[in-house]
Formats: sequence, structure tokens, C-alpha cells
Amino acid sequence: MRDCRPILLLEDDTVDAMTVKRALKELHILNPLVRVANGEEALVYLKDDGREKPCVILLDLNMPKMNGIEFLKVAKADEKLKRIPAIVLTTSKDDQDRLKTFQLSIAGFVVKPVDYVKFVEAMRIVNLYWTLSELPNSEQESANEKLQANTAGRR
Amino acid sequence: MKSSKPILLVEDDNVDAMTVRRAMKDLNVPNGIIHQLDGEDALEYLRSSDNKRPCVILLDLNMPRMNGIDFLKIIKNDDELKKIPVIVMTTSKDERDKMESFEFSVAGYIIKSTDYKKFVEALKILNLYWTLSELPYPGA
Repeated sequence: MRDCRPILLLEDDTVDAMTVKRALKELHILNPLVRVANGEEALVYLKDDGREKPCVILLDLNMPKMNGIEFLKVAKADEKLKRIPAIVLTTSKDDQDRLKTFQLSIAGFVVKPVDYVKFVEAMRIVNLYWTLSELPNSEQESANEKLQANTAGRR
Repeated sequence: MKSSKPILLVEDDNVDAMTVRRAMKDLNVPNGIIHQLDGEDALEYLRSSDNKRPCVILLDLNMPRMNGIDFLKIIKNDDELKKIPVIVMTTSKDERDKMESFEFSVAGYIIKSTDYKKFVEALKILNLYWTLSELPYPGA
């Protein structure tokens, strides 16, 4: 990825999470992988100021407790979290899943290949793209907050 | 791209638009390119039901009449248009531009290289990624 912040992975399946970890290692992607098992755990992580915000979020859709679409609804309504690019990584080829997630302005929808070699190739392309693309700086205040702070300061 | 729908390019500079066309041709990207000169023209295109929905939007930021950020404000509040992935393609390295764009959940922010070879390489990666990724409007 373009910077060394962690990648947040929302995945309820431990084997699938291990496959992602293995692929990242094979591709020499140095970003730490933070794995949570569902949307609820992801929100706890993201709202904890003691934890480093991720550079990107990779999310599965079918998860217990809070699924991927429910998570996106919350994250994309949050001024700070909405900036983090969220990429769906799923086995679902369902048209509704695709339309609903694009409506929530996801930054990619990757159907996971079952074949490991093809999966590594997919992750290689995801990494290439998010190394080419700039990423939002989480440490910085949002443009709106900054504007408000400036206005307040002038009073 | 994953879909054969056209790419909507919003760019006020005709020379830059030609460079994009040339690079896409060099990369054998089969998608057609629809070029609009600013946000207002792009909106007009998107709002006419006779026109094909684009698979992705490549968006410059500094444009007269309606700039890229103002364009994002409008389409990201439109239930139908908000689905289309928008990739910013600009020479601006301004932190504020970047921040505002990501606040509108852009699906990429690429700083245009002035070197043609590097620019082609960037578009190659962009095309690879959006061929791997599904798109909201598949099919022809």
C-alpha cells in the first residue's frame, strides 16, 4: 500500500483470514493486518483512538452480528470513517449486494477467486492500485473540521 | 474495465484529454471515452436518460464553471449516480483537495505524472484494478 498503516480485514472465516495474511506475506506487503470477525468488532476498533486507523478496509459481506452492508451504512455516515477506502472482498456474486455496496460508495468489489494463485494475483492488483493512489491522511483533521476551527479561532 | 460501458472523463484541458485517449489506445482498453469539459457538462450528460451510464468517472479537480469537488457534492447526493466509482485524476498535491475528495468517498486519487510513460503505467494499473473489481453497471 502507499503507506505503512495497517489494513483492516473484516472476515468471520478464520481460514479465509489466514489466506489473506499468507497472500500479503507472499507479496511482501509490509502493512500489518488487523483482523476482526464482523462489523461490530470493526467499529469498536475504528472508534478506539488508541488504535491506529487503517489505510484501507477489506470487508467480507456475509458475517454474523453486523454484516458488511450494515457496517458500511454506519462507517459511511461517520465524518471521519467515511474517508477510509472500503473494498469488498467476497464470494457473493449477488447483483443486489453489488448495487447496495456501490451505493455506499465502496472503492472496489472483488469477487474472491477460490484458486489460491488467482487470489494472490487479485491481491497483487489491489496493492498496486492502492500504492498508485493517494490515501487520506487519518491524522489530519477533516476539511470541514479545519474550516470550523479556523472560523472559531477568528472570533 | 470489467464492463464495456464508456469511461466518463471530466477534464477542461483538451491536450490532457487527448493524452488520456492516447494512453487508453496504447493499452488496448476497448471502452469508449466520453469527454466532458467540466462538472456542469458531465452532470448534463449523466442526467440524460438517452446516454449510456459510464462504468467509471475519471475526474479532474481544477475546472471552470463547476469544479471536481462541487461535482462530487452533487453526484454523491444522488441515489443513482452515487453508485458510479469516481477516480480523481489531477496534478494537485494539495492535502485539502485530497481530504475533501476522500470525504466524498472517491474510489482513488491519482496524481497525474507529466512523463507520458509513467502516465501510461498509472492508467494500466487503474485498468487492471477496475477489470478485477466488479462494477455497478455490468454488461454492454
